[in-house]
Amino acid sequence: MIAPEVQEKTAPPEWDIKTHTFLNEVEEATVGETNLRNCIQCGTCGGSCPSASDMEFTPRQLFRLIASGDKATVLSANTFWYCVSCYFCTVRCPQEIHITDIMYTLKRMAIREGFFEESSASEAPDFSETFLDFVENYGRSFELGLATRYHLRHHPLGAMKLAPMGLGLLRRGRIDLTPHRIDGIKGFKSILRKARELGGTV
Amino acid sequence: MKYSYYPGCSLERNAQSYHESIMAIAPQLGLSLAEIDDWNCCGATEVITVDKMAAFALAGRNLALAAKQFANGRVELVAPCSACYLNLRKTDKVLMETSDLSEKINTALAEGNLSYTPGSVRARHLLQVISDDLGLEQVAEIVTQPLAGLRIAPYYGCMVVRPEFSDSEDNPEYPVALDNLLAVVGAEVVDFPVKAHCCGGHMTQISEPTALEMIRRLLKNASDYQSDAIVTLCPMCQLNLDAFQQSVNRHFGTEYNIPVLYFTQVMGLAFGISPEELGFGSEFVSAKPLLKKIGKKPPKKPKAKKRKKEALPMPGTLERR
Repeated sequence: MIAPEVQEKTAPPEWDIKTHTFLNEVEEATVGETNLRNCIQCGTCGGSCPSASDMEFTPRQLFRLIASGDKATVLSANTFWYCVSCYFCTVRCPQEIHITDIMYTLKRMAIREGFFEESSASEAPDFSETFLDFVENYGRSFELGLATRYHLRHHPLGAMKLAPMGLGLLRRGRIDLTPHRIDGIKGFKSILRKARELGGTV
Repeated sequence: MKYSYYPGCSLERNAQSYHESIMAIAPQLGLSLAEIDDWNCCGATEVITVDKMAAFALAGRNLALAAKQFANGRVELVAPCSACYLNLRKTDKVLMETSDLSEKINTALAEGNLSYTPGSVRARHLLQVISDDLGLEQVAEIVTQPLAGLRIAPYYGCMVVRPEFSDSEDNPEYPVALDNLLAVVGAEVVDFPVKAHCCGGHMTQISEPTALEMIRRLLKNASDYQSDAIVTLCPMCQLNLDAFQQSVNRHFGTEYNIPVLYFTQVMGLAFGISPEELGFGSEFVSAKPLLKKIGKKPPKKPKAKKRKKEALPMPGTLERR
C-alpha cells in the first residue's frame, strides 16, 4: 500500500494524464477522429511526403514529439508549414491517422501561440492570413492583392523578381487588377464573424 | 443532365481557359450547368490554416446557396477546381459526421438568412461527372476529330483522387479515369508514374525552391515519356507547371518546353471546336506546335484583357479617397 502523499508525487491523477496532455489538445482542435494516438512510428508518412526533405522533423518524428508533450519544439518546427496538403500520407497511413488535418491544426496552434516566429517558415502564416483578409472583405480571393501585399511586406527587394511573372499573367489576361466583391457581402461578413466567434481559440 | 455549377475564383480569371472550354464542350456532352448565384471563395488551403470555423462557414455558405437555388431533392454540384471540390466535399462530410459542428455552422449561416442540411448537396469534380455519369461511350460518340498521334501525360494532382472525401472508385495513387477519357478522344496516353503527385500548391509563394523541385519532377517524367503535352484538371496544377516552367529551367539548367492544358481543352479539339473557343493562347508555354501537329489553326493572338464593369478599385485607393 503506497502512502497517499507518495502516490500523488509518482503518479498524477488520472484526469491529468487523459485530458490535459498536448496530444489531447491537438486531437480536440481537429475535427473528427484523428487516430493520432494510434501512431505506430512506421514512417510511411515521411516516406510519402513530397516536401519531407525540407522539413526539420518528418511527420513521424513530430507525432512522437506530440506524444511526449514537447509543445514548444513541435509548434516551432517548420514541418507543417512545408506541408502542401496533398493527402498522400493520409491515404497511405496504415493507422488511418488524419495527418493533413493534424498539420492544419498545428498551423493554427502555432499562429495562436506565436511559435511560428521561431520557425524557419516564419512568413508562411502571413500568406494564409492575407488570403483570408481579402476573402473576408470581398467574398472572393484576389491573387494580385495577395501576392503584392505578402511579398512587399516580407521581401520587398525579392518582390521585384516577381514582376515578370505578374506581367506575364497580365499580358495573357490571367490576372485581375481589381478585386471582385460578391453582392451579399453584408450577410457573408456576418456569417464569417459568427462562425469565428463560435469556433473558440483553435 | 443538370448540375449546379461552382466555378471558383481561379476560373474567373487565371484559369479562364478552363471555364471557356467547359462552356464550349458542355452543350455537346449534354451537360446543363447552372452557376450558383453569388457564390464565395472555397477557402483554398489557406483559410483552414488560420480558422477552421471560417473555412467550414465558407464552404457551408456555398452548399447552402446551392441547396436553396436548386432545391429539388438532392443537388448534384460540379466543381472543376480540385481544391474547391475537396473543400465542398470535405465540409459536407464533417458536417454530416459532427452534429455540434453542423449546429454551429447553421447558427452562423442564419446570420445571412441561410441554412444547410448536411448531405443535401453532393459535390463532384468535373472529371467524375464526365467519366462516371456520362460515361466513355457517350463521349466517344461525339468525337469527330480524334487526336491521333498526340502524346499526352495525364496529370491528376492530389485533391481529386485522394479517396477520403471521394465516392469515386478510382485508385488514389494510380488513377485511370483521365487516361481512359483521353484515350477515347484518340490521344496516345503515355504512362505517367507521377500522375497523382503534388504540383507544389502554394509553395511557389512560401518556399520557391521546394515548389520548383516538385514541378521539376513532374516535367522530367512527362519529358522522359516524350509527351507533347501535360493535361490537367486543376487550376493550381496548371499555373505551377505552366507559369513556373521557365523558373524551373533557370533554376535547374533544364530546357523543358511542355504545354500544360486543361482536359476540357483537348476534349474540345476532338469534338471539332476551334482552339480560340477553347481558350488556347493564354498559356505561358505555347501550344502552337501541338496544334499544328494535329492540323489545327492556332488562335491569332492572346485575347486582350477585358475590364469587368463591376470590378472595384484597389483596396488601397478606396481607403485613401
